[in-house]
Amino acid sequence: MPKVIVVTSGKGGVGKTTTSASFSSGLALRGNKTVVIDFDVGLRNLDLIMGCERRVVYDIINVINGEVSLKQALIKDKNCDNLYILPASQTRDKDALNLEGVERILNELKESFDCIVCDSPAGIESGAFMAMYFADEALVVTNPEVSSVRDSDRILGILAAKSKRAVEGLEPVKEHLLVTRYSPDRVEAGEMLSVADIQEILRIPLLGVIPESESILQASNSGTPAIHLEKSDVAEAYRDVVARFMGEEVPMRFITPEKKGFFKRLLGGL
Amino acid sequence: MTREEPAFKIKNANFPLFVVHIHTTDFDKLKIELEKRLTQTPDFFSNAPIVLGLAAIAESGRTPNFASLVTFMLGLGMRVAGVAGGSPEQCEAAVQAGLGLFPDTPTRPLPQVAPDLDEPTPQSIRPLQPELPGFETPTEKPATGIQTGKDSPVDDITPPQSNPPATEPLFRPTMVIDKPVRTGQRIYAEGADLVVLAIVNAGAELIADGDIHIYAPMRGRAIAGAHGNQTARIFVQRLEAELISIAGCFQVFENGIPENVRGKPAHVHLDGSRLIFQSLPG
Repeated sequence: MPKVIVVTSGKGGVGKTTTSASFSSGLALRGNKTVVIDFDVGLRNLDLIMGCERRVVYDIINVINGEVSLKQALIKDKNCDNLYILPASQTRDKDALNLEGVERILNELKESFDCIVCDSPAGIESGAFMAMYFADEALVVTNPEVSSVRDSDRILGILAAKSKRAVEGLEPVKEHLLVTRYSPDRVEAGEMLSVADIQEILRIPLLGVIPESESILQASNSGTPAIHLEKSDVAEAYRDVVARFMGEEVPMRFITPEKKGFFKRLLGGL
Repeated sequence: MTREEPAFKIKNANFPLFVVHIHTTDFDKLKIELEKRLTQTPDFFSNAPIVLGLAAIAESGRTPNFASLVTFMLGLGMRVAGVAGGSPEQCEAAVQAGLGLFPDTPTRPLPQVAPDLDEPTPQSIRPLQPELPGFETPTEKPATGIQTGKDSPVDDITPPQSNPPATEPLFRPTMVIDKPVRTGQRIYAEGADLVVLAIVNAGAELIADGDIHIYAPMRGRAIAGAHGNQTARIFVQRLEAELISIAGCFQVFENGIPENVRGKPAHVHLDGSRLIFQSLPG
């Protein structure tokens, strides 16, 4: 059964698009035929992060309006064979999306893809609603700070009440918590909410923790999803996330401060 | 002199009423759709009085021919008792046609995408609501049984709802919510008690005309006795609320919740106009 997965958060700037890029790449690397859709119409970013912005000719709005076929608008990813990108339009706004059009596109994609990742825009307005409405599963991206957690709580409420699954009384959307920009040192210093604090409020299963890292910025600027970075915590964390999503049991990493130096490690081990 | 029983008494009473919200100024289309709906369930109204909700067409400048509409609806078993929410012209025309004027119920602007004429929802005429910060008078319910605020789309857990009863029952069953109540959600137990078995997060709102029980951390707002029941009580397993209100007396906790009950099982009731917080054995 093909799965529709929405990457959402409510709040902006928490790492939805970064996560969409790495998560969809990870799914594709594991052999899933994957397509990632940018729902942030008017502020398209996903193509930049995936490094395919120069290849965008048509976009999701052209497909919704029936101007081009889905095949014409899909862009093949440069890093993964199994991955395609459906970019957002830069020149339109979110009102150009409509549920019928989105449903038609998703149904067509389901015929040839295993995983359909929807990169939601921030907010709780129509764009975010379109991205989440048809979802089977949701990755709720949250930063360890109160406003982000509050917004994620709001989004979870909307998923539970307004998604297609909720409206039609089907099995609820499967929710996954993904904590990004996590800094165990700052948690220990009491400057940041801990994973436990976040879960205490949101009460949904934790899919993974992505550590705060400077390499994310480099990856974004170079148009390479962070999961492809060599020797990087972030890449490993995203690979863990994908493995857990595929049902593997992988221990949580990057949630305790790194032990530095030989003596510290020795003392820490006692 | 013999004391005679007075020939009549005037008493205040609340009856449930159906409101038929009119969403179109195409009154022929309205009649066709009414007929279509009512022929499927011919005994649905069985001469129950109904109110015509005009809020959605109040700005339209068009006034239905009430006399013709009333006769038509009577043919379908609906006895129009009056109108609510209309423009002054519409109200005037309704009075001319022998209809009553119901006090304007605060009506949410109807979204354009709203499905036409949902299942009718029972509605009662009630006393005015005490004003509370961020609390809108819950007199109108959309067909799903959800409270909807005026300016924010609210996404509530839909409570299970049976078919609208024809008469006011002796009691309404307690509403039980077993999923987290999240920021922005509002649950309203109309004429009933409310029991919540899952966490209530900051920014969520629980409203009940009766008591409220929360068997989980309570971080949102709890408004019991929303229609003035001063004996309503609130029971929480872990008091971390933003606001507690009983029968319109409310308290916010800008300086924190009293030490003796903070984060503990607690019980809140009203003494005169003062909220009393008592800890419960944990």
